[in-house]
Amino acid sequence: MGYCTHEPIEVGRLMAAVADGERGGTVAFVGSVRGGAEDGPVVAIEYSAYEEMVAEEFGRIIAEARERWPEAVVAAQHRLGQVPLGEPSIAVVAAAPHRREAFAACRHVVEEAKRRLPVWKKEQFQDGGTRWREH
Amino acid sequence: MPSGGDVLAPTPRTITVECRFFARYAQALGRDALTLELPASATVADAVRELRRALPAAGVLPERPLAAVNREHASLDGRLAHGDELAFLPPLAGG
Repeated sequence: MGYCTHEPIEVGRLMAAVADGERGGTVAFVGSVRGGAEDGPVVAIEYSAYEEMVAEEFGRIIAEARERWPEAVVAAQHRLGQVPLGEPSIAVVAAAPHRREAFAACRHVVEEAKRRLPVWKKEQFQDGGTRWREH
Repeated sequence: MPSGGDVLAPTPRTITVECRFFARYAQALGRDALTLELPASATVADAVRELRRALPAAGVLPERPLAAVNREHASLDGRLAHGDELAFLPPLAGG
């Protein structure tokens, strides 16, 4: 399972990838496309990325989490291409023997992914207009 | 074993790096890649200056853009090497 996908994210597959009888706590973060009213209703977001770097940077971020919380296992995916309103654009799932490590590892990967992944989004409005969205 | 009198190969005076542009930058420049020749001791900041000088549309690049060298975030004073992949990244907006 790659870190980038052009298909809908299957959170269940990510959860299955980290599942293990010894890991009693699993935390899933799912970020989805929201409407936003600033410039009119957003109907979709077109995500583009420097895909080779996303793969490497996601790997580095997850390795950092593994170093800080050695018992946690993390799986993550970012969706690229056109993502309709309400559908997930990113999912991070962390499993650990106890909830504290699972929450911490999941949060670390989500925050660092937002800060470091080379991904860009272009909002698509109901009237057909588009706009690059920068945080 | 080379003797002490051997002449070392001369250091190349220029390097080439493969520049890549994404999202808003690629759109404004009308291209997503460019091979750039630079002095051998060039930094990322030198590459930015050279691009802004050589390409009128490169004004879209800020003086201090986010950059990555060989798929890792890089600082502007980072030294470039021949064959490096130098990517210019518009403000990140993932998630």
